[in-house]
Amino acid sequence: MNDIALTCTDVQVAFDGFKAVDGVDLTLRRGEVHFLIGPNGAGKTTLVDAVTGLTPYTGSVVKDGTELRGKKVHHIARAGVGRTFQTAAVFDNLTVAQNLDIAAGAARGPWTLLRRRKHLPESVVDTMKRIGLAEHADRAAGTLAHGQKQWLEIGMLLVGDADVLLLDEPIAGMGHEERETTGALLRDIAGERAVAVVEHDMDFMRANASRVTVLHAGSVLAAGGVDEVSADPRVQEVYLGAERGKETADAAAA
Amino acid sequence: MSKFLQSRLGTWSGFAAAALVLFGLAPLVLSGFRLGLFAQFICYAIVAVGIGLAWGRGGMLTLGQGVFFGMGAYLMAMHLKMADAEFRGGPGSVPDFMELAGIRELPAYWAPFASPVFTVAAILILPTAVAVLLGLAVFKRRVKGAYFAILSQALAGAFAILLIGQQSLGGFNGLSYFRYFFGFTINDPVNQRMLYFITAAALLGVVAVALQLRRSRYGELLVAVRDAEERVRFLGYDAANVKVVAYAVAALFASIAGALFVPVVGIISPASVGIVPSIMFILGVAIGGRATLVGPVVGALAVAWAQTALSEQFPSAWTYAQGLLFVLVIALLPGGIASIPALAKRLKKTRTASTPAEATA
Repeated sequence: MNDIALTCTDVQVAFDGFKAVDGVDLTLRRGEVHFLIGPNGAGKTTLVDAVTGLTPYTGSVVKDGTELRGKKVHHIARAGVGRTFQTAAVFDNLTVAQNLDIAAGAARGPWTLLRRRKHLPESVVDTMKRIGLAEHADRAAGTLAHGQKQWLEIGMLLVGDADVLLLDEPIAGMGHEERETTGALLRDIAGERAVAVVEHDMDFMRANASRVTVLHAGSVLAAGGVDEVSADPRVQEVYLGAERGKETADAAAA
Repeated sequence: MSKFLQSRLGTWSGFAAAALVLFGLAPLVLSGFRLGLFAQFICYAIVAVGIGLAWGRGGMLTLGQGVFFGMGAYLMAMHLKMADAEFRGGPGSVPDFMELAGIRELPAYWAPFASPVFTVAAILILPTAVAVLLGLAVFKRRVKGAYFAILSQALAGAFAILLIGQQSLGGFNGLSYFRYFFGFTINDPVNQRMLYFITAAALLGVVAVALQLRRSRYGELLVAVRDAEERVRFLGYDAANVKVVAYAVAALFASIAGALFVPVVGIISPASVGIVPSIMFILGVAIGGRATLVGPVVGALAVAWAQTALSEQFPSAWTYAQGLLFVLVIALLPGGIASIPALAKRLKKTRTASTPAEATA
């Protein structure tokens, strides 16, 4: 499958003259888990912020033929572009089922909203199973473990029918087993959707990526398959350079 | 116990008990004067139900509900004054306070308030519409938190100042000496009792509306907006619209309360709608427990009762007692009086569970 879902062309984000994202081209395809990697400050999260309407930018982002630039956050979300945040943003005081029910209901009319929920929509029940939270349906989201919150947030995008998912460090702070589960979940949901993952963890990237884009100082340094990108000398330099810098810093501290 | 309260049976028995107290017990044990005072407190409680929705569930600290309370009150007062004038001097007569102020011609904007239907419609629609427009202007621009609170408080201040400058609305003294309420003599004890019943019924009505809103999907969405507005937006909702609805409903409740306050108390002046009364509304809700359904009602009634009782005994002490109460609740009981049962339950649980349970945490 090689179905293009989202195309970014020459996206630029400037903060007070500083170019945080400097002319990035990016294509997300359905059926792929596309990793965005790069050192801190490379512009990965800023790019996600721009695409989802949080940060103004120049250039163009087109989803299935529709230009997204200039649209409001909730219109972009309705167009099927969903995102998660570095620290999972779920509704702590509501249950898992309520969280998902809200996520499934952006298109509900006022009449449905003003009535009580009689039973959970099928999509919510199915998604709870898919993200492994079926037995926690009535637990307040605030009491979930860190990893479970991340899964819930991904589940909220699934029930909301997002078909472009932008996930910002979904495995940050997760244990080994949770990472494996998350990796399997990402590959599973990418079947009919385009999934982009901002991540630092190289092992996780190697295990799950269909395609990789490396950002450095706001620009695309390299793009392609996992092996191709790993072999790229410029990528190695950026990462080894970062490693070397860290070593010297450690040495200086010791 | 909480399961029972959430069930349909629990809801009905709750309403039945409240109706029994309001319509049976209170008129039986309270003198005419005290019943009138109670009706006045209930007006504050109706405002509190709206604040509980907007602030407790929606996170909007509405420090200026006096504006909408005042709108409802002045709209009703204008009608009562018009009705009195008409009764004394025939159609088109000028209300008595205007004669004293030297106004001979009835101002054009007063004329429609001769109609009771127009007045009731205005009380229900005008403040709500103002709240919708104001809410759209404020929430679409993502003004929230302390900025929203300061803005709404400033609005209450400006509203009171505006009223003081309006001679055709009684200026500083406001509007008072109402004789008739939709054709009934206000001074008649029987009619006073009827006014009390109308007010009590209005309280049950707004509580029922607030309950339905809380339990609906909208109620869940409102809590979601309160806790993580950005997340709601990124799910495809216009969060501003969600807030506008709660804000407008709170404004409507305040307006209804103001409209009932006028015949019950017999006077409305800028002093009853400005910053200080607006803070009083908030105080009752905070003390009662803003996030619960009954908390704001209990808090508003308790604060109003305490103010009356204390200022009867020690006229100057109330202000200090009020400040102290507020500080104590915010510092020790941020959930208000309504959070005490849940707090006691948790305390009991931790005591019975003792140490071994810690291992699972």
